[in-house]
Amino acid sequence: MSMPVIRIPTPLRTYVNGQSEVTVQGKTVADAMENLLTQYPAMRPHLTSGDGQLRPFVNLFLGEANVRDLQGLETPLADGDRLLLIPSIAGGWED
Amino acid sequence: MLPDLSRDEILRYSRHLLIPEVGLEGQKKLLASSALVIGTGGLGSPLALYLAAAGVGRIGLVDFDVVDSSNLQRQIIHGTGTVGELKVESARDRLRDLNPDIQVDIYNEPFTSENAMRIAKDYDILIDGTDNFPTRYLTNDLCVFLGKPNIYGSIYRFEGQASVFYAKEGPCYRCLFPEPPPPGLVPSCAEGGVLGVLPGTIGTIQATEAIKMLLGIGSSLVGRLLLYNALDMSFEYVKLKKNPSCKVCGPHPEVTELIDYNAFCGVPGLGHDEGSAGMDWDISAPDLAARLQRGEKVRLIDVREPHEVQISSIPNEELIPLGQLASRLHELDSAQEMVLFCKTGVRSTRALEVLVSAGFKKVKNLKGGINAWAREVDTKLPIY
Repeated sequence: MSMPVIRIPTPLRTYVNGQSEVTVQGKTVADAMENLLTQYPAMRPHLTSGDGQLRPFVNLFLGEANVRDLQGLETPLADGDRLLLIPSIAGGWED
Repeated sequence: MLPDLSRDEILRYSRHLLIPEVGLEGQKKLLASSALVIGTGGLGSPLALYLAAAGVGRIGLVDFDVVDSSNLQRQIIHGTGTVGELKVESARDRLRDLNPDIQVDIYNEPFTSENAMRIAKDYDILIDGTDNFPTRYLTNDLCVFLGKPNIYGSIYRFEGQASVFYAKEGPCYRCLFPEPPPPGLVPSCAEGGVLGVLPGTIGTIQATEAIKMLLGIGSSLVGRLLLYNALDMSFEYVKLKKNPSCKVCGPHPEVTELIDYNAFCGVPGLGHDEGSAGMDWDISAPDLAARLQRGEKVRLIDVREPHEVQISSIPNEELIPLGQLASRLHELDSAQEMVLFCKTGVRSTRALEVLVSAGFKKVKNLKGGINAWAREVDTKLPIY
């Protein structure tokens, strides 16, 4: 069983008990994401829309490549592969 | 032919003249170049300072805020002596002191679809130092339309991103993030906090990229996104490609004019401000105080983080951080009256939505958060 590592960006760490990386099972990007969201359901609305699609302000990179430029959510994963979750961030909003 | 450097300029820029990649010709180029810095806050401060020090001949500064003492933890272009002044004037005066030979143009106005084109069209390069979604999308689209490079930087707590979006040579911001996030799904904008030195690092990287672009040297961040984490002290890169179906820089663009996006860090619903859930769902700090005074039974749910409770708290509050709320609903009773609060009302409005969608009805949002409580009820409490 493939056990990829998913890097969690700071804004989303609150939904995974503060962890910076989470190891999950998953043969494909879709599998790994589904397992991540099953394990941490509070994260689901932030990453996927109602129909289960990845939200447009979240990108997934496998190594240096956007999975969109690989085989999308069907991109296969091997043991120890590192998935980077990259959301759009904006810390400059002042009260 | 670019004008020659004066004796004073040769002395001032001597450390540049000694690097072959810059040299006399490069320094002349910088002095003949121009950059528009949007925002003079955390990112804009180091950016503008380094561009001025480097001798970028004309710098435009856009902002419409005044300097507040809570800015000084990171906005190093301003000072204690300029608290209360217009940020653009405070910043211009600092730049003039640093380098009196360059021209600084100031625009004391919000950067919007109305004025963006007029302000930006005569600058060589645009640098977004505001780090908010409306300005980011506006600057991106504007740069695509004008064919200019957009030096991007963004920060959150300990983490930063930087890139150069230049549609002539690579992807734009919309190639990566086609649309801004809907309100409420971006974690904690105003309430997120930031390590003060972080915008210094990212703003300095933006300044580096701007100076390299103006000089035409080195490998830029075009086509690469830099991810920086200050806690791990890690720098990572990912590759960015032009998205063939990009809404603004693709062959069939949907976005053909500038758009003003608003209130991203607010919350869903119509006609309410940031920190407010809308009329029926809000309670003001004095109204809540009056209800508590009358002895009404109201549970006060604080949805902030534990470290914030140490800064300020309301007696008899119960802490359930927003991130834990969905999994701790069993601790709440829908028959009881509840008031939710956070720092300014943004997170508690989001918490209110979680509760309302779970069937809770007797729940209200403390408008303006504990900071409003500190202003209007318990004035001994600090505002943060």
